[in-house]
Amino acid sequence: MKYLAEYRAPEVVEGYLREIRKTVTRPWTIMEVCGGQTHSLVKNGLLNLLPPEVQMIHGPGCPVCVTPLHLIDKAVFLAQERGVILCSFGDMIRVPGSRRSLLEAKAAGADVRILYSPLEAVKLAQENPNREVVFFAVGFETTAPANALSVQYARQLGLTNYSILASHVLVPPAIQAVMADPETHIQGFLAAGHVCTIMGLDQYAPLAAQYGVPVVVTGFEPADLLHGILLTLKQLENGECRLDNQYTRVVKPEGNPQARQVIDQVFEVVDREWRGVGVIPQSGWDVRPELAAFNANLKFEVPQQRAAECPDCIAGQVLKGIKKPHQCSQFGTRCTPLNPLGAPMVSSEGACAAYYHYAQASLAVAEVG
Amino acid sequence: MCLAIPGKIQSIEPRFDGLIRMARVQFGGIVKEASLDMVPHAQVGDYVLVHVGVAISVVDEQEAQRTFEYLAEIGELDDLVPHQQL
Ligand code: SF4
Repeated sequence: MKYLAEYRAPEVVEGYLREIRKTVTRPWTIMEVCGGQTHSLVKNGLLNLLPPEVQMIHGPGCPVCVTPLHLIDKAVFLAQERGVILCSFGDMIRVPGSRRSLLEAKAAGADVRILYSPLEAVKLAQENPNREVVFFAVGFETTAPANALSVQYARQLGLTNYSILASHVLVPPAIQAVMADPETHIQGFLAAGHVCTIMGLDQYAPLAAQYGVPVVVTGFEPADLLHGILLTLKQLENGECRLDNQYTRVVKPEGNPQARQVIDQVFEVVDREWRGVGVIPQSGWDVRPELAAFNANLKFEVPQQRAAECPDCIAGQVLKGIKKPHQCSQFGTRCTPLNPLGAPMVSSEGACAAYYHYAQASLAVAEVG
Repeated sequence: MCLAIPGKIQSIEPRFDGLIRMARVQFGGIVKEASLDMVPHAQVGDYVLVHVGVAISVVDEQEAQRTFEYLAEIGELDDLVPHQQL
């Protein structure tokens, strides 16, 4: 928990908080979609500084959290049984599969590598022509250009030993899934700034209109988040539902045209299963059929076992904002970051893990004070 | 893992058998390579937002500095540090 004076620009933060308090006349529920924003809200103690009328609900925007169990099992299988060099980002390596995580597979002798970028995996493939290299390509739109480029580079280099196991998810269909749930009580959205840096704004105005909710594209620093929340509240109090862009200094309306083009060349939109939520139509990207040689899903035959999720985990309701993490019976008792029952407890961007660390911090403050 | 980190382009060099122009980008004390394919007009000295090895946008120096300081403050630069292979 931070004190106001500790922020780098306390007067800016205080200014937005004052405006927020002045604007709010009744309770509102707003969802921030992006896990990076959840992390920032929680870590900076902003949830405690907001007036009690403003409820922030944490959305499904953690790619690690929504990657289905059977894909993790598939990655573990490829590493253990097929002897591939299996690479991914650090968070992904730690997520438990139905039997083990990639990290545990590594401890048992599999060749699993944590990389900063999929482009490093292409280099590995180039340096190890006799080995298959598979990159476990998870992510939202922000990560797609890198994963797509890795396929393009591998193709240009003539590599036949590189492929990606894609688990790419998209933000707009996730917003649709949240709003389509009859139990939802979300009244406004903060959309993710870096996702829109790639994709631009054109998908979001229709969502605001269709569901009658304000959508505000927002950055992730405390001042950005409070500014985004303020813009959302102003619309809500005035009965408006438009798309606003808080993050104009980075997000252009058209996004990044080069990035969108590369994504289009490599990926096509497909139905995608979200862990804890189920299949959301047209909610992900997979490698285009003409690039099938780079699609690990098609390149390697893997026996399909559908593993059951832990029955006590309510990750699906947490991801859609219907329940808060601490309303889960397992939270902090049987389920902790060291021994996670569900994915939102694994990644630092997952809502359960964020709440777990945050609750610990609040407890420490309570004990001292 | 969804955040992009701003850094300054130090140099631009051919990589992958000369097929691809990669930049060496400086993030505080750390230097990493990043593809410039998404920001074809970026030059040495420019600040770019880099996400998992790809520059996705050019930003001005002031924006780069304040974002970088903020990310350092909340401990979000871990992605840049070579992971000890656990
Ligand atoms: S606290 Fe654990 S068991 Fe409960 S929803 Fe979160 S991840 Fe699942």
